[in-house]
Amino acid sequence: MTDITLNESAALAERVATARSAGAGETRFRLMALSAAICVLVIFAGVIGSLIHGAMPSFKAFGLGFITTEAWRPTREIFGALGPIYGTLVTSAIAMIIAVPVGIGIAIFLTDLCPRILRRPIGIAIELLAGIPSLIYGIWGFFVFAPWFQAHVQEPVITALDGVPVLGSLFGGAPYGIGVFTAGLILSIMILPFISAVTRDVLETVPHVLKEAAYGLGSTSWEVMRKVCLPFCSTGVVGGAMLALGRALGETMAVTFVIGNAHRIEPSLFAPGTSISAAIANEFTEATSELYRSALIELGLLLFVITFIVLACAQLLLRRLEKAKGK
Amino acid sequence: MQISTGLYFRRRLANGVFVTLSIAAALFGLVWLAFILGGLLVDGISALSPTLFTEMTPPPGSKGGLANAIGGSILMSVVAVVVGTPIGLFAGTYLAEYARYGKLSFVVRFVNDILLSAPSIVIGLFIYEVLVVPMGHFSGWAGAAALTVIVIPVVVRTTENMLLLVPNGLREAASALGAPPNFVIKLVTWKAARAGIMTGILLAVARISGETAPLLFTALGNTGWSWSPSAMNQPMASLPAVIYSFATGPYQDQQALAWAGALLITVTVLVLSIAARLLENQKRT
Repeated sequence: MTDITLNESAALAERVATARSAGAGETRFRLMALSAAICVLVIFAGVIGSLIHGAMPSFKAFGLGFITTEAWRPTREIFGALGPIYGTLVTSAIAMIIAVPVGIGIAIFLTDLCPRILRRPIGIAIELLAGIPSLIYGIWGFFVFAPWFQAHVQEPVITALDGVPVLGSLFGGAPYGIGVFTAGLILSIMILPFISAVTRDVLETVPHVLKEAAYGLGSTSWEVMRKVCLPFCSTGVVGGAMLALGRALGETMAVTFVIGNAHRIEPSLFAPGTSISAAIANEFTEATSELYRSALIELGLLLFVITFIVLACAQLLLRRLEKAKGK
Repeated sequence: MQISTGLYFRRRLANGVFVTLSIAAALFGLVWLAFILGGLLVDGISALSPTLFTEMTPPPGSKGGLANAIGGSILMSVVAVVVGTPIGLFAGTYLAEYARYGKLSFVVRFVNDILLSAPSIVIGLFIYEVLVVPMGHFSGWAGAAALTVIVIPVVVRTTENMLLLVPNGLREAASALGAPPNFVIKLVTWKAARAGIMTGILLAVARISGETAPLLFTALGNTGWSWSPSAMNQPMASLPAVIYSFATGPYQDQQALAWAGALLITVTVLVLSIAARLLENQKRT
């Protein structure tokens, strides 16, 4: 009798111990997961904090004038960010103007028009464009594309538009091959797959009934797309475009190779310029003085803030879409 | 009748234009891909040679290889994956399993997606400020740290996505047998999502193998290779950084090496992406 109770209590104690250790294991595991999640936040805070810290000397020296000054003279310790900011915005704008319509076109082609057998290979090929590293776009753009572009596009265009009021100065000057326009064009190829991938995803969420009803009324493919599918998908397409814009703004290596690295703002898009990321990549290791380095870090901070805003908008739009899809 | 024929014709015409433009858009993308890969193959293959893997990066004007750069890239990538994967895996697990709808999860998810697309050059500046400045010199560790910061968000995103695909029935069944949550995660959901998580790691490796900007001012570069344990504590060459400095330099020999390196990187990245895709498809079927 007593033996049995002894055994029972020993077994019970053992079970309690197992449960306790399992509980401790559980707490430990949960804490590890939680701290890993917090680690992501710490990295983010670290990025912002270190950039602000590094940018302080430059901010103290130039204040808000940093953003509105074009002059960039490292030898005389005068630094103004207007040139790089202009370059970043203009190259991204060129990239968006080309990539948004083309990306949507590719998505429409792949979802509605492409023969079924070709759909997968062409889809994969377009996605490969996103897989190619930025550096490769840069080296290819510099050695292969820029010389070709200079001889076969820039020269004829400059000659043809010479003397035309606005276009003449926008596409004027000497044909360098490299320059702001070349950088924008290469960026557009790089962000194309992002836009077409998101657009494809949202086009596939259009209920078939809607499309069938429109076709049943005798609509052409164009009318179905324009009046049914695209309005249905507009949030997603805008979100995808913002995501792509975020990428374009921060793209470094491809732009560094082909933009020409000149801290100037010129009316011609064919002229060399610089962008925020290109200026940092190109000059940071050569920056000898504390202030020079700090000015480049402040550029980095500006870039981070701009991309943060764009990417945050993209997140919010796409999140809303995901919620709608879930319902 | 006349009018409606005109209208019909206009609609047909608009549709024809639309279809043509869409096809042209797809061709536009494909032509660029062919143009890039073609250029890369022409210039890269002619520069390929076995000495790439055996000789060190040469000074201007002489022949050499990329051995130290390849070694440095592999070493820093391995450290980045070894450190970044567990952090990403656990953070993704927290988001999907422990606090799917929590406030903290919402913030972490948001911040993670920003980090995922944030300019990598900014990551380089961050590591420069927190590691290179206090240490006083560039180092392989700093390069690896920058790559780790890039790996983490990729792994977090794919881990969470893949865990969300695991049916709740599996979790409920395991819990009903009395398994505490960490057992459910370790023995059931991680196993169910294993292929997807592997895909994420492969994608992260693909992503960092081409990263250049964050390495320029963290690992800098080096012209030799040492097997001493302190090698990671010194400036370290990496394939992308070497390609960048050689390609922008004026020397023919170095430019040829840059092309060979560019081809190596592209092939590596494309093979990894295709492997990731195959793994993903295998899981779906």
